[in-house]
Amino acid sequence: MTEHPKLSLQHVTKQFPIRGEDTALTAIEDITIDLAAGEFLVLVGPSGCGKSTLLDLLGGLTEPTSGAILLDGKPVTGPGLDRGIVFQQYALLPWRTARKNIEFGLEAKGLGKAERRERAEHYLDLVGLRSFGDRYPHELSGGMKQRVAIARSLAFDPEVLLMDEPFAALDAQTRESLQDELLRIWETTGKTILFITHGIDEAIYLGQRVAVLTSRPGRIKNIVDVDIDRSAEDVRSSEGFRSLRHHIWTLLHHEVERARTQELTAPADDSEVVHV
Amino acid sequence: MSSAIATPAQTTPAAATPVSQPPAAPTPRGLRGSFGSLAWRIFKAAAAILAFLAVWEFAPRIGLVDKVFLPPFSQVAETFVELIGNGQLWEHVSASLSRALLGFVIAVAVAIPLGIAIAWYRPVAEFLNPILELFRNTAALALLPVFILILGIGETSKVALVVYASTFPILLNTISGVRTVDPLLIKSARSLGLSPVRLFQKVILPASVPTIFTGLRMAAASSILVLIAAEMVGAKAGLGYLITASQLNFQIPEMYAGIVTIALVGLAFNGVIVAVERRLSRWRVNT
Repeated sequence: MTEHPKLSLQHVTKQFPIRGEDTALTAIEDITIDLAAGEFLVLVGPSGCGKSTLLDLLGGLTEPTSGAILLDGKPVTGPGLDRGIVFQQYALLPWRTARKNIEFGLEAKGLGKAERRERAEHYLDLVGLRSFGDRYPHELSGGMKQRVAIARSLAFDPEVLLMDEPFAALDAQTRESLQDELLRIWETTGKTILFITHGIDEAIYLGQRVAVLTSRPGRIKNIVDVDIDRSAEDVRSSEGFRSLRHHIWTLLHHEVERARTQELTAPADDSEVVHV
Repeated sequence: MSSAIATPAQTTPAAATPVSQPPAAPTPRGLRGSFGSLAWRIFKAAAAILAFLAVWEFAPRIGLVDKVFLPPFSQVAETFVELIGNGQLWEHVSASLSRALLGFVIAVAVAIPLGIAIAWYRPVAEFLNPILELFRNTAALALLPVFILILGIGETSKVALVVYASTFPILLNTISGVRTVDPLLIKSARSLGLSPVRLFQKVILPASVPTIFTGLRMAAASSILVLIAAEMVGAKAGLGYLITASQLNFQIPEMYAGIVTIALVGLAFNGVIVAVERRLSRWRVNT
């Protein structure tokens, strides 16, 4: 356990063939990063940094073109209940109540009815929705839906929790309260969390380490250690937080600019290819 | 709504918010208003029908139409009750219903699995689409003579026609239901390592239920339609037969009683399907 990291990405590259062209599109390139057991790592990047590609790879829904992804030292070969994914759009089944949604992963795990029910109850409680178990998703607010989604992913007890911009669709207040909630859950459960976001504040507030990605292809530009005291009041305004934000902002800003110029020049390249 | 989320849930004051909310929830789904407004709604729903029946009753009586060809509604109702009394109506209704139901059930058993296969496997879709498109655009009644020639004048040809007519609405709606399942739900279920069969059973099928039911309702309507037409052409029992036979024997009130029965059977058929649908899709926003 202690000798190798919980989750390890080793020189992971993913390319997609482009229709009608010989060259492939490189979505992510040579990503190497290790997550220790119980670590909270945040990936932050501009649009087009291959976030969703990376998540599909980690989820085992696609395979890397080269490189390897290891979970507890064993390569990831497909989807499985050792990883739980929380999506930005919740992905709750609309015909199931909150409780039944949480039980969904437990059914996949093959647990009996009584145990499913008991666990669902426990995790509803953990995310503060004890009395909302019988509500259907459309009867819940965005924040509540995301709490249910988090509870669902935690309930089947995965080794790693993968979160794909989970709070991006929420309003600012809800987002902040869910960030606190997530930190509390992380501290209670001791889960290893890989969190993807494009918000710098969110990254610093949540992560023990923040990995900054480049745009097109996504590579790791820098890994920043976050060492701030989160118990202080209004952490986001503290000196340490602000200097970290500026540091990451500078790293990202360059990438955002680059992404923009790439986007502007890309169509011109295409038309040249067509003419030739 | 947002007030409940803004409060941190782990503290005690927040506990009051969730507790106070559940009782509030049933209100919009339960009694929507007072008794008075309920009565008004019933009246509004019935008003057009009552007006229609009134026109039917009085138009023949004051001589706007010939009483012989359009007897007043009260006379038709009387005949209707009479036909119920002597068991004739039940004989025809049961003949028609058993044909319609048998055909409908066969169509469901064929069209839903086929629709799923077409929606899921692209090669199947590519192979079957042209022929289905051809059949779909061939009016079922145009094939009635063919069915009679091949299958004879008995029950088989009528049931086959019902199967034919109700297969397409179910098939097409099943295909579109399965194809339009939210890809994120599929992705999320796949990431849990669900097997294809489980994925189908737990995600794709429940997600397509509303669309499939639209198809079932359309199929129910068209199954009755083609059946009546088939019974009018050649049958010894059934509502279609009742109508044509009464017309030929100049039993005009009987003919109208048959027509009214068809309307009622159609309404009941649709009502049953809507009720089943409600039961299966209580989770939807608008039900």
